Amino acid sequence: MKVAIVVFPGSNCDRDIAWAIKKISGYKPDYLWHKEKNFRNYDLIILPGGFSYGDYLRCGAIGSHSPIMNEIKKRSQKGTKIIGICNGFQILTESKLLPGSLLQNENLKFICKKIFLKVKNNNTFFSKKYKLNEIINVPIAHMEGRYYCSKKTLKELENNKQIIFQYCSNNGNIKDTDNPNGSTRNIAGIINLKGNVLGMMPHPERCSEELLGGENGINFFKSIFESIN
Amino acid sequence: MDKLNNLKELLNIHNLNNIEYKKITKILKREPNLLELGIYSVMWSEHCSYKSSKKWLRQLPTKSKIVICGPGENAGIIDIGGNDSIVFKIESHNHPSYLEPFQGAATGVGGILRDIFTMGARPIAILDSLRFGDIKQKKQKYLLSGVVSGISNYGNCMGIPTVGGECYFNEDYNKNILVNAMAVGVAKKNKLFFSKATGINNPVIYVGAKTGKDGIHGATMASAEFDDNSKQKKPTVQVGDPFTEKLVMEACLELMQTNMIVAIQDMGAAGLTCSSFEMAAKGNCGIELNINKIPLREKDMTPYEIMLSESQERMLIILKKGSEKKAKKIFDKWDLDMSVIGKITNSKKMIIKKDNNIIANIPIALTEKKTPEYKRPWIKPKKVKNIKKIIFPKKNKVKEIIFELLKSPNLTSKKWIWEQYDHMVMCDTIKPPSYGAAVVRIHGTKKSIALTTDCNTNYCKHDPFIGTVHAVSEARRNIIATGATPLAITNNLNFGNPEDKKIMGQFVMSVKGMIDSCKKYSLPVISGNVSLYNETNKSGISPTPVIGMVGLIKNTNSFYKKNLLKENDKIFLVGKKSNNISCSNFLEEIILKNEKNLGSPPPLNYNEEIKNGNFILNLFKDNLIKCCNDISSGGLIISLFKMLIDKGFGAEIDKNFINNVMSDQIFYKILFGEDVGKYIIVANNEEKVKKIAEKSKINLFKIGITKKNHLNINNEIIKLSELKKKFENNFFNYINN
Repeated sequence: MKVAIVVFPGSNCDRDIAWAIKKISGYKPDYLWHKEKNFRNYDLIILPGGFSYGDYLRCGAIGSHSPIMNEIKKRSQKGTKIIGICNGFQILTESKLLPGSLLQNENLKFICKKIFLKVKNNNTFFSKKYKLNEIINVPIAHMEGRYYCSKKTLKELENNKQIIFQYCSNNGNIKDTDNPNGSTRNIAGIINLKGNVLGMMPHPERCSEELLGGENGINFFKSIFESIN
Repeated sequence: MDKLNNLKELLNIHNLNNIEYKKITKILKREPNLLELGIYSVMWSEHCSYKSSKKWLRQLPTKSKIVICGPGENAGIIDIGGNDSIVFKIESHNHPSYLEPFQGAATGVGGILRDIFTMGARPIAILDSLRFGDIKQKKQKYLLSGVVSGISNYGNCMGIPTVGGECYFNEDYNKNILVNAMAVGVAKKNKLFFSKATGINNPVIYVGAKTGKDGIHGATMASAEFDDNSKQKKPTVQVGDPFTEKLVMEACLELMQTNMIVAIQDMGAAGLTCSSFEMAAKGNCGIELNINKIPLREKDMTPYEIMLSESQERMLIILKKGSEKKAKKIFDKWDLDMSVIGKITNSKKMIIKKDNNIIANIPIALTEKKTPEYKRPWIKPKKVKNIKKIIFPKKNKVKEIIFELLKSPNLTSKKWIWEQYDHMVMCDTIKPPSYGAAVVRIHGTKKSIALTTDCNTNYCKHDPFIGTVHAVSEARRNIIATGATPLAITNNLNFGNPEDKKIMGQFVMSVKGMIDSCKKYSLPVISGNVSLYNETNKSGISPTPVIGMVGLIKNTNSFYKKNLLKENDKIFLVGKKSNNISCSNFLEEIILKNEKNLGSPPPLNYNEEIKNGNFILNLFKDNLIKCCNDISSGGLIISLFKMLIDKGFGAEIDKNFINNVMSDQIFYKILFGEDVGKYIIVANNEEKVKKIAEKSKINLFKIGITKKNHLNINNEIIKLSELKKKFENNFFNYINN
């Protein structure tokens, strides 16, 4: 297994993800500086949360033009698995590796809290260790997490089962009242058509340890390790 | 050098008096020029020189076995065993936050974070102690929203969790809000950095954001002498850029892994002036700066503006000679400006050059020695009058009273605030904001630290001495209630105008209270900040000595795991039943309402505090506590409710604890009195807890048992869901209406 975490200037969840991976699998991921263009092959490349380039202009917009992103686009076409969490998700939509975009939360404020997610497709690299429709408790922490896409894209996402995680209530109802940020169809995480690129706003790395108040994120990482190995 | 015109007006603008001006001419043996006058004015400002407070602060206990560095540096440092140390400090940004709440609060956070990483520590937590006026006023809602967004914006972007603090509302703060930010970092003991400049000819380097015209001191000045071009004055409040600060922090921490740094200091209040002067003063050497080398954000800045600018995200570093190129590589990687702007000399003077001409020449040691220090006259605050006889409600009003109390913005849930802060980033937040102290793990170790800020405004207003003793004691109880051993404190002394005898009296008595309590608890004061002149139209704020405290948990896993609450778990009170209602929220919100005098704060017994605290820590050690809270604002019932609600539990109170036979007075005092020195615990093993209490002669009362769906107090039943809804929504309603 070879895993890399990209560090943009302003990334701040890079260490957290490395920590979670190390804790769960014993494997220590590499860090890739955003200016790098040539690097070895990796099975998985993670774009972490944070505020790449200060999120000036628009979240993830400058990040998507970072030197490393050209190479990441190429690798994704070759099948390398790519995950974008929070700011990483924003970079992936800005780079057009995933459809749609992430707008400012409906309440116009930063929201940091634990929410419930429903696993809508467990037949992916990233979710196979969860049960279908399993309800998991995961934190979010973002200002711009309102997923938005056109009706056409939404239909495609639904038809192709590209929606992986949806915000829900503690008993699994997917209603507006359990939508923390106003996302279209309560969308919290999606994959690309090919199935090797995932973007999600919630932070599985923050709930992969009992001491931090939850372990629902562990199966997320385990799914990926199992897919790779 | 230019001669000064209109001396009187100039001194006025620079907030210097005639005596201070004479001192300057004596030190320089001539008249200062405008740049020098500007430099003296900021260095001798209350904010930088502590001229009114120094005499008293000196008496604080600042030493103990664990103190590595006390007050005087950018932040204090304590030893937590092994090669780990904790660096922390609190600082105010009150005045700017009132003028421009978002930027004022944001740069407050930015400033205190720089103080922490300057010492070689990676910041791991932020806390904020906030005071606003009447929350029903539009202006206060605007200030609150702005301040919270500012803190959220800066802390979140830096990737440092904001894990705690407090927020209190009272009309005494209508015209002067308080924004105190505390930051905590962790450093290796053998990799600490200080600001003492040494080594003749070592280069002085400037790193970080460019210098602009923001935050120039007292820039209200409108006279032509200060701005020959009469350009539009920029706002006096600095503008923060957390992204740049994140880069500066990472670059500095990277540079600190090498052996290139001799000394380092951030450019905070009074910018380049104070930082360079202080570094040289500490090293008893001289410093020479070339103004032409300073990276500027805009053209045509005068040396005066450059030296006094308070632009954010800038650092001053003394490097070992010859390592400039290697250091530059690191800053290049992070896309940051680095410029060699001068050198260390043996002249013992601060010399500033422009185009090779000397434009300022100030003897450092002499200036240090002659820094003004005032013995401001003060008078002891008057004792408050006793409150009139209180008529207590009938005993069947408990439910009504709880709902009424939870309407108070001071008692209701502050989720609206802390959900805007990223309190989980760094994956070490063990106890997030909710009630009491926060607990943050030291990354990659078994150790955790508990963190809190505290100050009960009502207590301090009614008696600054005992109020401050209470602030220290309550902070200590918060720390102990998490299972942590209290280690040291930082303080933020917020007061009105010290030239007013009464206010100086509040300040003096408050410091005396801190000295007394810190000595009794063996708690050193390792850093702090004084904010005076929190006053508008001759009306000052209530004395607000905010205490920040840090405690240590040696083995986190041992009691933060597998202690899940169950129904019918036993709840105990540690300490005597309350027998005092004065200065309580019950009195303020339910009985007296608009009455200003709430009586004297409850008395405090140090022995009892220490005894009960030790008892709690022993129970934690033996894993006999499932959860714990101290009794504070709102009294026993509110403290109990806050401890249990997030865990999904209510409680049933025993008939032996309170009952209908009791008088109304005793009944309500037990439930809502804010007598101090007490804790509530849910015990892991009832018998063992009782035994230890008996052996250590601790007052232990069974309060009742935990219940899944309700709170039952003297047969009044409150549905948990209903209570929780009110508790969590009240604050949102204040903001939205």
